[in-house]
Amino acid sequence: MRVLLVDDEEELVTTLAERLSLRGIDVDWTTDGEGALRLARRNLYDVAVLDVKIPRISGLKLKSELAKICPAMKFIFVTGHGSEDDFRAGTAEAGAGYYLVKPVGIDVLIQKMHEVLRGKEEE
Amino acid sequence: MKALARFKPKFWDHRDVAAGPYKHLFNFRRIWKMAVILTAGVTLLPVVVLAVIDYNVTRRSEEREIHLRTFRLVSNTRRTISFFLEERKSALGFIARDNEFETLNDPARLGVILDNLKQAFGGGFVDLGIIDPLGYQRTYVGPYDLQGKDYSDQGWYKEVVERGVYVSDVFMGFRHMPHLVVAVRCSSGGLSYVIRATLDMQRFNDLLSQLEMSGLGDAFIINRDGILQTPSRLRGKILEKIALPIPRYSHATEVFEQQNPENSSLIIGYAYIEGTPFILMIVEKKADLMKSWYRTRMTLVGFASASMIIILFVILGVATRLVNNMHEADQKRVMTLHQVEYSNKMATVGRLAAGVAHEINNPLAIINEKVGLIKDLFSMREKCAKDDKLIALADSVIASVERCATIARRLLRFSRSEEINIRPVDLKETIFDVLGFLDKEAEYRSIKVSVEVPESLSKIESDSGRLHQIFLNIINNAFAAVEEGGHIDISVSQEGEFVRITFTDDGCGIPEEDLDRVFEPFFSTKAGRGGTGLGLSITSGLVQELGGKIGVQSKVGMGTSFVVLLPFQTNKKEVEDGNASAPGR
Repeated sequence: MRVLLVDDEEELVTTLAERLSLRGIDVDWTTDGEGALRLARRNLYDVAVLDVKIPRISGLKLKSELAKICPAMKFIFVTGHGSEDDFRAGTAEAGAGYYLVKPVGIDVLIQKMHEVLRGKEEE
Repeated sequence: MKALARFKPKFWDHRDVAAGPYKHLFNFRRIWKMAVILTAGVTLLPVVVLAVIDYNVTRRSEEREIHLRTFRLVSNTRRTISFFLEERKSALGFIARDNEFETLNDPARLGVILDNLKQAFGGGFVDLGIIDPLGYQRTYVGPYDLQGKDYSDQGWYKEVVERGVYVSDVFMGFRHMPHLVVAVRCSSGGLSYVIRATLDMQRFNDLLSQLEMSGLGDAFIINRDGILQTPSRLRGKILEKIALPIPRYSHATEVFEQQNPENSSLIIGYAYIEGTPFILMIVEKKADLMKSWYRTRMTLVGFASASMIIILFVILGVATRLVNNMHEADQKRVMTLHQVEYSNKMATVGRLAAGVAHEINNPLAIINEKVGLIKDLFSMREKCAKDDKLIALADSVIASVERCATIARRLLRFSRSEEINIRPVDLKETIFDVLGFLDKEAEYRSIKVSVEVPESLSKIESDSGRLHQIFLNIINNAFAAVEEGGHIDISVSQEGEFVRITFTDDGCGIPEEDLDRVFEPFFSTKAGRGGTGLGLSITSGLVQELGGKIGVQSKVGMGTSFVVLLPFQTNKKEVEDGNASAPGR
C-alpha cells in the first residue's frame, strides 16, 4: 500500500509519515497542493489522506485534480474544523466514514485506509 | 376581588424593564387610563350636558305650562263670578227702571217680582227689599220680618248710597244656608232709593265645584280678611279663616308658587273680583300637576343613565382590548428583538468556538502524533518497551489529548449555524454533552444528576445545536434552583410521535402566580442577581422552532419540572415556513 499524505502542518505530516513507515506502509508527504500533484504524477498511490484546508487549494478541489491524474486513487479526508458545512460537504464527497476529525488515532486511520482499499479491490 | 382578577387584562401587571425617556410609551396601565378617561370624557360629557339642559328646559316649560293653565282657569272663573254678580246687579237695576218707586212699594207687586226673579234666575234670590232715601226698609218680601227696619246707620247702606252698588260678605242666613246681599242704588223722579236682595250661595258654590281641576285642586273664595266665603275641600269650612296668607292686591290675575312647610310646593292662582270683597283663589299641589313631567323625567334620566352605562362599558371593553393588543404586539416585538439579538450572539459564540476548536485541533493532532511516535519508538526498542512507566506516560498524554479533543468537539456541536440543520440526533449523547459543561459545578456543589434514557430510543430528526441550547438553558436553571446536595433528574420517554424529556429538580420552585409568565421575555425572579429573564423565553422560542412544546409544573419548596416534547421527525419545510412567518425574520 502506498499512501500520499497532504497537510499544511509540516510537524504533523512528517510525524504521521514516520509512524506509518514504522508500520510498514510506504508513505510520501507534502504540505501543499502543487507538491501533491507533482508526487502523484511521478508515483502511483493507492490512498491519499488530505487535509480539507490546504493553502491555495481546498482538499476537495485537490481531490478532483488528483483523481484526474490517477483515477484509481482513493481518498480519506481529515479536518481540524468540524463545522457543520464542512462536515456535510466532506461526507458527501468522501463517503460518511472517510471524513475524520483531528486528532485521529493512528489505528483508526490505518483501519480506514484498509477499508477504502477493500472498496477499491471490490470494484 | 377574585371575580375582578378574572377580568384583569394581561397588561395590568406589566412591569416593563424599559427605562429612559420613552418609558412612558410602555406604561400600558397609564395608556389604558388615559384612553378610558379621554374617551369617556368626550362621549359622556355631551350626554350629561344635553341631559341636564333638556331636563331643565322641559321642567321650565312644564312649569310655565302649569302656571299658564292655572292663570287661565282663575281668569275665566273670575269672569264667570263677576258676570254672575253683575247679572244680578243688573237685574236689580232693571227692576228699578221698569217700575216706579211707588209700584215697588206695593208688597204684592214686589212679591211677584221676587217670584219672577226666582224663576228667571233658577232660584238664588231669597228676599227683596226697597229701602227709602232715609234708610228705612219701606217694603220687604221674604222669609224675615224686616219691614220698616232702619239701615241708615249701617256701613253697607252708606256704601251703597255713596258708590251706587254693594255686595256683602257671606253670612249664614235663612235655614243656616250661606247667603250674601246685593244692593243697588236707584233713582226715580229725583228720588234716590236702594233695592236690596239676598242671594242664596248654592249656585255660586256649584259654579266653583264644577271647575275642572286635576285631582286635588281646590277652588274657593275668601274675603279680604281671609274668611272663606265658599266651602273649600282642603282649606276649611265656610266662614273659617284660611291658613294661607292673603295674597296682595292686584287688579289682574296672579299666579305664584308657595313652598309649604311640609316641603311640598303649592301653585296658587288668585284674582280680586272688582266691586266685591271677594278674592277668588285656586290652590293646587305642584306635585300633582307635575306628575306627567315626573314620568318624562324618569324616562329621560333612565335613558341617559342607560346610555352612559352602555357607553362606559363599550369604552372599557374597546380600550382594554386595544391596549391588550398593543401590549401583546409589544411583547412579541420585544421577544423577537431579543431572539434576534440572542441568535446573533450565539452565532458569534459559535464562530468563536468553531475557530478555537479548529485552532486547537491542529496542535492537538501534532501532540497526538508526536506522542504516538514516541510511543511507537519506545515500543520498538527492547529496553524501553519493557519500561511500563514510559508507555503509561505516553498513554496518559494521549488520553489528555483525547479529552481536549472531546471538549473541542463539544464546543463545535454547541455552536450552531443560523439556519436549522435537521440531522439525526442522539438525545442521550446530547444530554451528556450538555452535562459535560456542568460536570465540575455538579461536583463542587454535590448535585446529583441522574439521566434515564431507554436503550431502545431511536435517534430523532432535529437540530443538534438548538437542542444543546435548549437543554443547557433548562439544566442551568435547574442548577440555579437547587441547593447544595440537590437532585436533578432527567428522563426521556417516547410518547407517540413525540419524545418527552422531563427535567425535574428539587429546588426552590416557582410560585403559582408566576408559572404562566416564566416563558415571557424579561420575566425573572433573579432580577438584580444577574438574571436577564431571557433564558426561558429563548428556550421556549427554540423549542417552537423545532416543532415542539414546552411546559412547566412547580410547587414552591418542592421543586420544578420542565417538560419538553419534541417530534421524532422535524419537518424542515414546516420549520422554515414557521420561521418565515414569524415576525422579525
